[in-house]
Amino acid sequence: MASFSHAGADSPKPAFELKAATFTLPVIRLLGVDMDSVADQLGIKVDQAPDFFRNTPVVIDLSGLPPGAGQIEFPLLVGLMRGFGMIPVGIRGGTEEQHQAAEAMELAILGDAFVRRTPPRETPNPPEPRSTPRPYSAPVPPVGEESATASQRLVTRPVRSGQRVYAPGGDLSVIAPVSHGAELMADGNIHVYGPLRGRAMAGMKGDTSARIFCQDLQAELLSVAGHYRISENIPDEVKGVPVQIFLDGDVLRVEKI
Amino acid sequence: MGKTTTSAALAMGLAQRGHRTAVIDFDVGLRNLDLIMGCERRVVYDFVNVINGEANINQALIRDKRCDTLYVLPASQTRDKDALTKDGVGRVLEELAKTFDYIVCDSPAGIEHGAYMAMYYADDAVVVTNPEVSSVRDSDRMLGILSSKSRRAERNEAPIREYLLLTRYAPERVAKGEMLSVNDVREILSLDLLGVIPESKAVLNASNSGVPVILDTESDAGQAYNDAVGRYLGEDLPHRFLEIKKKGFFSRLMGG
Repeated sequence: MASFSHAGADSPKPAFELKAATFTLPVIRLLGVDMDSVADQLGIKVDQAPDFFRNTPVVIDLSGLPPGAGQIEFPLLVGLMRGFGMIPVGIRGGTEEQHQAAEAMELAILGDAFVRRTPPRETPNPPEPRSTPRPYSAPVPPVGEESATASQRLVTRPVRSGQRVYAPGGDLSVIAPVSHGAELMADGNIHVYGPLRGRAMAGMKGDTSARIFCQDLQAELLSVAGHYRISENIPDEVKGVPVQIFLDGDVLRVEKI
Repeated sequence: MGKTTTSAALAMGLAQRGHRTAVIDFDVGLRNLDLIMGCERRVVYDFVNVINGEANINQALIRDKRCDTLYVLPASQTRDKDALTKDGVGRVLEELAKTFDYIVCDSPAGIEHGAYMAMYYADDAVVVTNPEVSSVRDSDRMLGILSSKSRRAERNEAPIREYLLLTRYAPERVAKGEMLSVNDVREILSLDLLGVIPESKAVLNASNSGVPVILDTESDAGQAYNDAVGRYLGEDLPHRFLEIKKKGFFSRLMGG
C-alpha cells in the first residue's frame, strides 16, 4: 500500500494542498414531491436559459417541502437534472429519512444552518420575473461606490472570435470591437463602444435590471438574466445604431438610444 | 490560403535587403516550404533532427542559392507534429537568434500544436487571410490566440505586434460582391493591412517552379509582396492593385 506520509530526508514533493473555498451555487428549492410537474416546469426554465444550466453544480433544497410531503424520488430527480445538463451535488434541509435516500444517490448532505425557514409561496407556480434560480447565498449586487469600482472590468483590445470575457459581480466595458464568435459576460451591465458582433450576456447571476449598451449592434445573441434574443429575432432597424437592451417584464427589449 | 508562399516571399524580401534571415517550416508531416523555396533536393537534416540533437543547426540549415543571406530550415516529412516540443523549439530559436536578424516561422494551418509552436515565441505575427468570410473569421480566432497564448502573453510582456496580409485579392470579384473588400476585412479585424496580394497566376507558377514569387518582379503579386516587406520595415508605401485593371483595346480584342 502506498503511503502519503513518508517522513524523512527523501520525502517527495507535496503533490497537493488541502484548502477550503466557498462557492456560490444555484439552489433548486422543492415545493412538492410530484416529479412530473417538477420536470415540466424545470424544462421551461432550462429552455429559457440553456447556457446557465450546462454543467452547473446545483443543490437541492428540501426545506420548502410541506411536512409529511412523502418520499422524494431521488433517482428520478437526479436523472432529470442530469438530463437538463445540471450536476446535482447535494441536498440541504429535509428529514433523516430523506438524507438516507439522498446518500444512496451519492448526494452530499450540506449543512442547513443558514436555511431561512420561509413558508412556501401560495401559488404553486409564481410569476417569477427571472428565468434562473437565484442562489440563496448570492451576494447582494454591489451598490455603494467602493464595491462598484472594485468589480468593474475594462477591456481595451479587440475581443476576438473564441475569446470569452467575464466580469464577475459587476459591469463590463469594452472600448474595442467584439468579433463574431466572441462572448461577453457580466453579472452587471455590459457597455460596448465599438461594433458588437459576438454575444453579450448581462445579468449572469439573474439580475433582471442589468442592461447592455452598445454603439453599433450587430450581435449574434443578446441576453439579460437568461432571457435572450438571437440575431434573427433582432429587428433590422436597431442594427448598426446605438441601442440599449433591457428586460421589460419577461420581454427583452432592444431600443435605440 | 498562402501562408507558405507568404513566408517564402517575406523571408526572401528581407534577405534581399541584406538582413540575415532564416525561414523555418513548422508544418511537420506536410512540409512544403522547401518545395516553394526550390531546395527540396538538398534536404539532409530537418527541424526535428535539430530539436532531438541528432544534427546541429548549421548542418540542417540550407543556404539559398539566389540570396546568400537567406537560409531554410525544412520540416520533417516523416515525423509526427508532436515531435516539436516547446523547449526544443525555444532552444533552436534562441540559437538562431544569435546570428540571424529575422527568423520567419511558417505556421501550419489550423490552431493545433504546430501552429502554437510557430507563434509561441513570436515578436511579430503576420496573419494571412483571404477575402472571404470564413477565412477572415479564422484569422480573428488566430489573432485572439496570439494575444492570449504566446510567451509574451504568459509573461505579461508587450503583446505580439500583429500584421494582416490579404492574399488572393480579386477586385473584379469584389465589385461583383463575391468577395469581401479591403475595407470590409480591415473593419472586421480592426487591423491595418501590411499588404494586399492580388490573385495571380504568377503565384502558382512560382510555387511550381520553386522560386519565391517575390523574385518575379514583373508580376503584380511579386511587386505587392515587395511592398509588404517594405512596409514591414517601416516604409510608407501606398497599396497597389486594389482597383480593377482597365483592359486596353488590344487585350480586349485578344480576349485576355
